[in-house]
Amino acid sequence: MHEPARQRLMLMILGAVFAFLYIPISVLVALSFNEGGLPTVWTGFSLKWYGALWQNADILAAGLNTLIVALISTALATVLGTLLAIGVELRRHRGRGLEALIFAPMIIPDIVLAIALLSFFSLLKVPMGLPTIVAAHVVFNLAFVCAVVRARLRSFDWAIVEASADLGAGFATSLWRIVLPVLAPAIVAGALLAFTLSVDEFIIAFFTAGAGRSSTTLPMQIYAMIRFGVTPEINALATLVLGLSVTALALAQWLNKGRLPGQ
Amino acid sequence: MTALLALDRVVKRFGLAPAVDDLTLEIRENEFFALLGASGSGKTTVLRMMAGFETPTSGRILLAGQDITDTPPNRRPLNLMFQSYALFPHMTVRANIAYGLEMERLPRVQIASRVDDILGVIELAPFADRKPDQLSGGQRQRVALARALVKRPRVLLLDEPLAALDKKLRGAMQLELKRLQHEVGTTFVVVTHDQEEALVMADRLAILKDGRLVQCAPPREVYEHPVSRYAAEFIGGINVFEGQMAAGILRLSDGTAIAAPTTLPPGPGVAAVRPERMRLGAGENTIRGTLRAIAYHGQDVSLHIDTPLSARPLTLRLPAGQTDTPLPGAGETVTLGWAARDTRLFPA
Repeated sequence: MHEPARQRLMLMILGAVFAFLYIPISVLVALSFNEGGLPTVWTGFSLKWYGALWQNADILAAGLNTLIVALISTALATVLGTLLAIGVELRRHRGRGLEALIFAPMIIPDIVLAIALLSFFSLLKVPMGLPTIVAAHVVFNLAFVCAVVRARLRSFDWAIVEASADLGAGFATSLWRIVLPVLAPAIVAGALLAFTLSVDEFIIAFFTAGAGRSSTTLPMQIYAMIRFGVTPEINALATLVLGLSVTALALAQWLNKGRLPGQ
Repeated sequence: MTALLALDRVVKRFGLAPAVDDLTLEIRENEFFALLGASGSGKTTVLRMMAGFETPTSGRILLAGQDITDTPPNRRPLNLMFQSYALFPHMTVRANIAYGLEMERLPRVQIASRVDDILGVIELAPFADRKPDQLSGGQRQRVALARALVKRPRVLLLDEPLAALDKKLRGAMQLELKRLQHEVGTTFVVVTHDQEEALVMADRLAILKDGRLVQCAPPREVYEHPVSRYAAEFIGGINVFEGQMAAGILRLSDGTAIAAPTTLPPGPGVAAVRPERMRLGAGENTIRGTLRAIAYHGQDVSLHIDTPLSARPLTLRLPAGQTDTPLPGAGETVTLGWAARDTRLFPA
């Protein structure tokens, strides 16, 4: 085959893959701005469905819950995950198995983790609600933060910590003024990733939320609404969640200079 | 003169293997001291023990008579310049240099003036607000030096300070380091594997081998009077002839007797002579060989000569200006000679 023809074919395949990936999302976003609200006819641009969201008390409550869960679980996971990453790196010579254990929650199917956490909380007779969702989200967020920070630590020059000690700094000072600032981009990237994962997490939240509407998160609310059909309101909500996730992920990527966990 | 920094019978084991084995050293005030050794000789471990990053398995480290063996690095009035420089990547040059003074909780004004002073000394004032990744290798090296020196340490420890620089810059920095040492009047301890570097810079040098001290003396003495074959071969080039000692005289395999200023007990022994002490033509000691190649170095010429008396080809170094007489051609048989007083004898 001629080189230009071969290249055209490659571009066509690439285009098809991207179309497959992004046309459904584009349709969803477009429909969220469709004035008429019908999925089949475009009647004009409108923000009215976004306005409708703002009027829906259930959605606002669920949104608030999601923010609470995401912010608290991200904060906890970021602190614990960073310290864990530093600890594991310092003792990396013994503990290949330890590392696998830490990263397992990233790989274990969500449904398994969800059932396990549900059983665990029931066994301990912990009343379920927002605190249990937060705890459950910390479990997998911890692993993701730890993975991102570990990736950065691999290229971390520990000699600068020795240099800090040599220049008169105690351990806490070295941690605060040298280690954390150098790791900061990775820590923030890990936190943004954790936040994103928490915002759109459904299965685990669903299993650990307990009965009652008070601890419904946004994905659970969407699931409840969708049983009566996809409304333009849901499209608008999904678009907002998408925007939030994409922004956070893009920020995380940029901060981490394009490195993904494990790279 | 009493020692400023002393190692007293220091042993350091990693697992079972001793990295440093019963090492006693005395480093004097205002001295430029070099720790010289091949990789694995334990020289870096010695430096890290001085800085406080490793604790000796046994023995003591004394600074001005005080035992600092168990003092943590941040409380030792010594500073280390790291081989990798270990500059803080998120801080500017100025902040890097100021860091150590901030740890001493000095007033802000005083920190600023001392940082400015040292920036002038290392000629990096125009780069004060750059980050390390915006500097060249040579500039980074100077920042690392300034960051350690600004603390006015009793002893400045330097781990392979010139290893990362290219050859030309290295030559200039050897002299620069020596000038700086005189200017600040601090004791320098340099670790290096480069014997030429040690010869040029050091007032005294210590050769380490397998964690043990081979010789500790001024460069000239180590070069002229090495205590062992290892020391002789480690510092500068040297030609070695193996033979047998009998009745106080070393005889080579062909029976040639070697005239030397010293003697050895009977048994296998070697005679060693520096390449620049050999001449073409017979001398008090005379050897024959076949010229293999001539290498022209600019300021001098080296002749490589094969002889059955030496396992390796001999090297003969002649100043280029003194070779107006035509040199023999490759393949020709040549006669070499040297004076008895230039011969060094060592047990094999």
